[in-house]
Parts: sequence; structure tokens; C-alpha cells
Amino acid sequence: MMSINPRLVEVRQNVLKQNDLLARRLRYRFREAGVYVISLVSSPGAGKTALLERLLTELRQSIRVAALVGDLATDNDAARLARSQAPVRQIVTGTVCHLEAAMVESALDGWSLEELDLLFIENVGNLVCPSSYDLGEDLRLVMMSVTEGEDKPLKYPTIFNTADVAVITKVDLAEAVEFDLAEAYQSIQRVRPGMRVFEVSSKTGDGMSGLIRFLTSQMVEGVKATAG
Amino acid sequence: MHELSIAMSMIEMAAEEAVRRGGVRVHAIHLKLGELSGVVREALLFSYEVACGGTPLEGSRLVIEEVPVMVYCPSCRAEAAIISVQQFCCAVCHAPASQIVQGQELEVTALEIE
Repeated sequence: MMSINPRLVEVRQNVLKQNDLLARRLRYRFREAGVYVISLVSSPGAGKTALLERLLTELRQSIRVAALVGDLATDNDAARLARSQAPVRQIVTGTVCHLEAAMVESALDGWSLEELDLLFIENVGNLVCPSSYDLGEDLRLVMMSVTEGEDKPLKYPTIFNTADVAVITKVDLAEAVEFDLAEAYQSIQRVRPGMRVFEVSSKTGDGMSGLIRFLTSQMVEGVKATAG
Repeated sequence: MHELSIAMSMIEMAAEEAVRRGGVRVHAIHLKLGELSGVVREALLFSYEVACGGTPLEGSRLVIEEVPVMVYCPSCRAEAAIISVQQFCCAVCHAPASQIVQGQELEVTALEIE
């Protein structure tokens, strides 16, 4: 079966080169347009859509904000987010468990990015696959809800490691589910030393102002850095 | 489970390379797989076999070299291994270290051709 004389040739190619190239192009395009891009990743049901609805509703009072939302099969999330009255577009991924740069690019078709200050990209609920794909975002925000357990970061170290900031959601339920915040912080710091962590409740609004202040300051710095 | 699409793009890449080299046959793909690449070795091997079917690479092997995470340790001022991916601390001095220098690879390094 084996060949008589196979030889080894060096090639050196990043398997995700295609995606990475596209992501780089997107990042350039976002910078040119002066729009800051934040992606959200979490497991299904951690509250990405609820958080995003809050963020869009509050942020659109002062800045021009929009969202792209990835979903496997429905447009329920986009319909929910439309209530915020910010522009929202749905990316239905079919059976694909993550967003790729190409999906983001085609979803942007016909949108004038120059009219935006901030764009959110909500990934498909999944803590594994999205970690490998750069979407051209400036900031990746990973979420975990108090109902998922304190050790989530230890179970999914890769996604926490590729993210820039962590948000613990549903803190209004923390007591009921006996969530140990100190332990959760410890888990996050173990897999990503120095990571910024926020605690919020999208239901009560607790912690939202701190998170919004942080995100907008990141946006201002990001845009300034580009302009400078 | 994104390993299948990753396997498919590797196969496509190798098939293109084979054509570029005058239609040689590819016997194996050598891949560097970082511990933090987000790709599971077993799932990738399984997907590879499935995805090769009906392509010029049918019957070829995937040779995986696993690459452990290395960080720059600010207190040792040197590259170091970490305790584990669940504990990003220098394996030597145990100080927290987050600057990754290797372990995110997902790179085809070589092809075995004839």
C-alpha cells in the first residue's frame, strides 16, 4: 500500500489562513470606517441576547450602535434585539457551530459602516468552536452565567484565553444557586491571569453601568489609537 | 464540532499543493497542533479520514505533532512551560503568566509526496 519512496516537502501553511486573511481585511475595514467591534461568546443560554438587548438599548441613547447575531436556525434573537431599535442583522449559520469571518463579511453587505460607532457580533452559543476563528473584532467578550457553575473557565480554558474580558451574568440568581463569586474569579484568573471581570444582571440592570463605561472607554481608546 | 471543516480545508490545501507540484500523490499531511488551538486531536483524526473519502487524498495519513503551551514568564524573564491550561502559571516559579509564545498553532508543516 505505502509508496516506495515518499519524500517530505516543507509547506508551512496556517490551516485557517483563509479565515485569518479575511479577518485581517475586516479589521482594516472596521478601522477605516471608525467603527469599534466587540464580539460576544458564551455557552447557549448564558444570556448573550439579554445582555446585548440591554447594551443596545442603553448605548443607542448616546452612540450609533448595531449588532450582527449568529444563530443556528432561527431569527428569534434578531427579533428580540430589534426591540432595542438599533439596527440588527441575523446570520443564520445552518449547522455550523461558530461564526467565520466570511459570514460576517457577507452579513455586512450594503451596510455603511461609516454610520456606526460600535458594532456587536453575537457568536453562536458555543464555548469550543468559536475560539479558533478571528472575526476581525477589536475586543472579545466571554460570558458565563451563575447557573453554569464556577469552574466553567477551567473546562473551557481556550475560549477564556482568546477573550479579552469576562462577564459573569445573571448575578441576580447568584444567591439562589449558591454561586461562589470568589471561586469563579479564581477560575478565571487561573486560565487567564489579569483578565478584567464584570458582574451583571441583564434583568435588574445591576452592574450594567460599569460594563458600559468600560466598553465605551475601550471604544474611545481603540478609535483614538487608529486615528493617531 | 468544527474539526470536519478544518480537515476539509487541510485536504483542499494539500490537493492544491499536489497539483502545483505536477500532480504528485500526497501520502501524508504533517500538522502542528497547539494545545490552545481549539481543535481536538481525536475529532480531527476522525474527521480527516471521513473527509479524505472521494478526494485525491483518500488513504493518506494525518501526522499530528502536538505543541504544548509556552509562555513568557515575567519573573523568570524567560520562556517557560505552564502548570496546565487550567493554571496559567510558570511551571518553574509558579508566577501567573499570560503572554503566550506557543501553543496556538494550527499549521500544516509538510507533506509526504511521491
